[in-house]
Amino acid sequence: MSNELIEFVLVSIALLGIGIYGLAVKRNAIRMLFAVEIIVNAANLNLVAFARFMPHSGGQTLALFSIAIAAAEVAVGLALIIVAYRMYKNVDIADFRSLKG
Amino acid sequence: MADALFLAISVLTIGSAIAALEMRSLVYGSIALMGTLGGVAGFYVMLDSPFVAMFQLAVYVGSIAVLILFTVMLVKRELIFKKIEDPKRKFAGIGLMLITILALGAIILDSGVKTITTDSDPVDFREIGGDFLTYYWPALILMALILAGSVMGALVLARREDTIENEQ
Repeated sequence: MSNELIEFVLVSIALLGIGIYGLAVKRNAIRMLFAVEIIVNAANLNLVAFARFMPHSGGQTLALFSIAIAAAEVAVGLALIIVAYRMYKNVDIADFRSLKG
Repeated sequence: MADALFLAISVLTIGSAIAALEMRSLVYGSIALMGTLGGVAGFYVMLDSPFVAMFQLAVYVGSIAVLILFTVMLVKRELIFKKIEDPKRKFAGIGLMLITILALGAIILDSGVKTITTDSDPVDFREIGGDFLTYYWPALILMALILAGSVMGALVLARREDTIENEQ
């Protein structure tokens, strides 16, 4: 291994920070979904990096499960965005007022 | 120290993550998101995990990014090119990002992670396939049911009820 664990962890922290910025600043529902995807990928990168340095197969298995669950989450999230877009004719989450319980 | 390939992939990944959130057009944003996901797949190859890298390419770059592109196409044209964000929150968001990166980075750099190295061989992907079919088989079946349920739920949610009434 020419690269060290710390380098992968630092890249993962940078991706997490960018994702948190996107969730905090953006009001476009599709962009917020992008930010969630970036955060999920940061977590998966951490899992695989630590699994390589253990070394143990469990980390890769958990990363595979995590990718599959993220696919399900995106499908449902995009369907919800389409329903909300059809009701409000907008993707701005500040307009989704009647969703507040 | 990091080699040139690692630096190139990390610049691609982080740069296109910023581009995905900051580009004016949502279509270009989702293509930049593809760049981020592909860069993470490159990291998986560097970590000797080709199985996860292939899964990442097939599921994320292949299907999720295309699903997002199709959703963007369903949205009105003005909304694709309009930036919807709070200007007041922008500086707070940048501050939050810097605090997260600096605090977590300082904690990680101060911890023992820096000294971890390995000379051992990578995990064989055949071992992962074996694990899936022996120890993790209940989880695999549960995951298949969750995927089927979520896809059916997405279809039911996105179904248009007004089209049938209009035809009558």
